[in-house]
Amino acid sequence: MKYILMMNTMKAGQDVPAWPQKDLQAHIAFMKGFARDLGQSGELVSAEGLAFPDQARLVRAGKDGTPITDGVFPEGKEFLAGYWIVDVESPERAYAIAAKASAAPGPGGAPLNMPIEVRPVMSGPPPEML
Amino acid sequence: MAPDRLDSPTERLLRELAPQVLGAVIRRFRDFAAAEDAVQEALMAATVQWPREAVPDNPRGWLIQVASRRMTDHVRSESARRRRESQVALEAGSTSRVAETADDTMVLLFMCCHPALTPASAIALTLRAVGGLTTAEIASAFLVPEATMAQRISRAKQTIKNSRIPFQLPSAGERAQRMRAVLHVLYLIFNEGYTSSAGPTLRRDDLSHEAIRLARIVRKLQPDDTETTGLLALMLLTDARRRARTGADGELIPLAAQNRELWDQEQIAEGVALLSSALPRGAVGPYQLQAAIAAVHDEAIRSECTDWPQILALYDLLKRMSDNPMVALNHAIAAAMVHGAKRGLELLDGLNSDARLADHHRLDAVRAHLLELAGDCDGAIRHYRAAAAKTANLPERDYLVLQAARLVSEPRPAHKGE
Repeated sequence: MKYILMMNTMKAGQDVPAWPQKDLQAHIAFMKGFARDLGQSGELVSAEGLAFPDQARLVRAGKDGTPITDGVFPEGKEFLAGYWIVDVESPERAYAIAAKASAAPGPGGAPLNMPIEVRPVMSGPPPEML
Repeated sequence: MAPDRLDSPTERLLRELAPQVLGAVIRRFRDFAAAEDAVQEALMAATVQWPREAVPDNPRGWLIQVASRRMTDHVRSESARRRRESQVALEAGSTSRVAETADDTMVLLFMCCHPALTPASAIALTLRAVGGLTTAEIASAFLVPEATMAQRISRAKQTIKNSRIPFQLPSAGERAQRMRAVLHVLYLIFNEGYTSSAGPTLRRDDLSHEAIRLARIVRKLQPDDTETTGLLALMLLTDARRRARTGADGELIPLAAQNRELWDQEQIAEGVALLSSALPRGAVGPYQLQAAIAAVHDEAIRSECTDWPQILALYDLLKRMSDNPMVALNHAIAAAMVHGAKRGLELLDGLNSDARLADHHRLDAVRAHLLELAGDCDGAIRHYRAAAAKTANLPERDYLVLQAARLVSEPRPAHKGE
């Protein structure tokens, strides 16, 4: 079963975090180790980190289909910071992986407990045979 | 490119020889994990070399020789690190050669399908060590990166190493349980391929063919195991409907609406013959019963000709044998077809408390279908939509959403109103 783990950051945290160097390094090291562990457990399908939200553009098609771009969307409360897609044996395992990412260290090394949205990817088993 | 490779005569020969070669190399070197890697390398060397030069006179011997050379290299390089241990390994290899048995493939299957492994690991390892598929082929069939599949396989091998599963046939007492595990893994491989999906490389439906090929091998090795024959029959009878199961864009077509002229009659005949040979020969197990149900469906020229009383009787037997809630659901459908939708819905009510079904889309899907049969359009729409919201299979979700939409747009009987 495949699941996407979406890491959301609050709008307040959309900018480059202004943490002490030591805490930033610890956070980056944690994320690297997290990705490495997932790779080694044979569960990682893909993972991407996204640019900071000030680089985001909202696009709609204009009358003739040309793109009309808009700046950052101020109404958004949370932004997708990155995601992992994992292939695991059970939803519980996906939740456990998400909880681990959620507890990434923040300022002072304290766990951030970020919200991670976990949702099945539409790759479920085929309909049961009769 | 992969489908060509899988179909070429060289590829077929190599994959047939893969488990035999692996068995021989393991017996000589006593190291499953390293031997498995060495045999993969030998297979790849043959894939390149044989079509260009010629298939050697003794292809099996050629592969064993190449793989053994790799193993010797492996042992030597290990010895730089762990001199003493490797010496022991070399000695063991040269002096004590266990008598060669014809059961290597079976021993490998018991090993790869060991209950200590998770289903996903057992499937991957079986496809590589017994099926002779490459990691890249397996990865593309399961739509995961090759590196991920490589890790999964190497962890599976590590698990086998750690649990010290010996390279020998299980004891008589263990045999039946281990045999069930083997058949279950083959069944899972077949199911993985049961949904068709387009892709540039190995298609998922090749997995069904691979499962059928492996089941044929097991049957040849265990001709007296009637459940093996039952499983092979079930696969053939189910796979026979493949071309009718999906439309041009991959949309699901339910059994009742399938164009039965697309069913593979040759495969149906083979499945029925296998089943007929197995049924009188002892205890009838769940695979034989499921095959019998598939056969009854396959033998109906039109959907209306289906012998539902016969199917209901078979599900009655199956239900007594297994606690699988999916069996109970299908039993309810059969009961509805024989005794009317009301009876089927009553049986479904009895399943509401089953925790395993609580969040399962299939309970809603079946209820929707039976409500529609009973003429309750609003209820059917509600449950088709509930099922659509719960399934994780995209073609199935499309199908369920469209069922609901069809009912919404259909003219209603006057007394129902809008």
